[in-house]
Amino acid sequence: MILKLEDICFERDNKKILKNINLDMDLGKFIAITGPNGSGKSTLVKIIMGIEKPDSGKIIFDGKDITDMEINERAKLGISFGFQQPVKFKGITVYDLLKISANKKITKKEACEALSKVGLCAKEYVDREVNGSLSGGELKRIEIATVALRETKLTIFDEPEAGIDLWSFNNLIDVFQTMSEITKGTTIIISHQEKILKIADEIVLMKSGEIRQIGTSEEILNGEIKNKRLLQNKKRMLERRIRIIK
Amino acid sequence: MELKKLNEVDKSLLNEVSNLENITKGAYNIRRNGQGVERQVTENVNIVTKKDVSGIDIYVKENTKFEFIHIPVIITESGLKDVVYNDFYIGKNANVIIIAGCGIHNDHHKDSQHDGIHRFYLEEGAKVRYIEKHYGEGSGDGKKILNPVTEVYLKDGSSMEMESTQIKGVSSTIRETKGVLQKDTNFVVTEKIMTDGNQYAKTVFDVKLDGENSSTHVTSRSVATENSKQEFISKIYGNEKCFAHSECDAIIKDNAIVTATPEITANNVEANLIHEAAIGKIAGEQLIKLMTLGLSEKEAEDEIINGFLR
Repeated sequence: MILKLEDICFERDNKKILKNINLDMDLGKFIAITGPNGSGKSTLVKIIMGIEKPDSGKIIFDGKDITDMEINERAKLGISFGFQQPVKFKGITVYDLLKISANKKITKKEACEALSKVGLCAKEYVDREVNGSLSGGELKRIEIATVALRETKLTIFDEPEAGIDLWSFNNLIDVFQTMSEITKGTTIIISHQEKILKIADEIVLMKSGEIRQIGTSEEILNGEIKNKRLLQNKKRMLERRIRIIK
Repeated sequence: MELKKLNEVDKSLLNEVSNLENITKGAYNIRRNGQGVERQVTENVNIVTKKDVSGIDIYVKENTKFEFIHIPVIITESGLKDVVYNDFYIGKNANVIIIAGCGIHNDHHKDSQHDGIHRFYLEEGAKVRYIEKHYGEGSGDGKKILNPVTEVYLKDGSSMEMESTQIKGVSSTIRETKGVLQKDTNFVVTEKIMTDGNQYAKTVFDVKLDGENSSTHVTSRSVATENSKQEFISKIYGNEKCFAHSECDAIIKDNAIVTATPEITANNVEANLIHEAAIGKIAGEQLIKLMTLGLSEKEAEDEIINGFLR
């Protein structure tokens, strides 16, 4: 097992955002976390990276208790994180950022290869500053490249599809897959994309700060469809009753 | 050519403000402790000592292409106050790179000061890239004071790009930059300043866009830490159909204080003037991103500041 979450609770402004989350993840799995907005998905992955600290509970990574560790210590142990909103800098170039990510000397050619993998014409981008002159989609791809370069045991992406059009995103799915094949590590992706959910080994469905269901894509997706049908049936029954009363 | 009259302290100081190896490749004039010590002229660049005041006149011939001119100043004598006037006359369509800079080494308790007044007169179509670096070092408590004045006069179709940097060791600086722009000219200024301790830095830009289609872009990036204080004042006057963009971006830390006072005046309906100013601490999200890549908070901060001031 690579990651174990034990009884994670997180509350802000009197709102329980995460309620006793328990979750085990195996090495080499491709895991999608899905669920409606506000269900606590982002908070949960931020807690794994150390960006947010839980009020209670434990995080065990690769056999070590990392609950009190700083972000960079977790990063060094082998956790990576792709932000939903990529961070912009002033003066730091794409090449600088990729060099930091790789944590070793990489040539411009290697940096360009990393960019090509995420669908950016590398030469045009490698010396550009990671600032507002890049479009949302470009920043997102660079963000994904910085994460992919790290080749860690656990890689987390918080809604990688946000800001990328559907057509381009389909090509990026290959990036996630190849990455997990190379690292043989675990990938956690928060996503609403059916394509991502379909290739996932496991789907974690969250609602109102709780894990509602864990299962394969077939189980969950069909389950959702089943639920929808159930709801539709209930609605129809109600409508009928209302008509009768009238 | 070898720089025989310089000792090791001189050379290391010189290297901080301009690349020592490159100096001897073109025309140069090295001033140490208020006196010219080494000089070289070339076919296209002549350097003449001024008679009325301390300083030099630099003449660049018409159509000179891509020559380097180095005019560094070093001060190693504590308690010296050096005032110098350097005038640059750049001929028509000449294209040169001028590297100035001042390094002060002060190991004692008396203040050392250098006030360099540089005036640039660019003829039609001339192009100048002007690089100026200021630096202070030494173990003494004597202040290292640098007050540069730069005046730039651009005739039709000429352009000047000015980069000034002051990263370390200067106790106090008041930097004034003036520009008068005629038709079809462009003046780009990029300034980088970092202050710490009780240092003080003040920058005043005054640019007059007098000619049609003249433009200017003034960018100041600064980092103020500990108890240091910085002031940024920029005054831009659009007197014709012109374009101006001034930008002040500052990072503050600890108890530092930064004041930005932008002033843009349009005296013509076709003048297009923009000013942007932002002061704040390092964005938390930038630190977090770099920490997720394995850098400690301190390393992340250094990386952000280095990038910002690059």
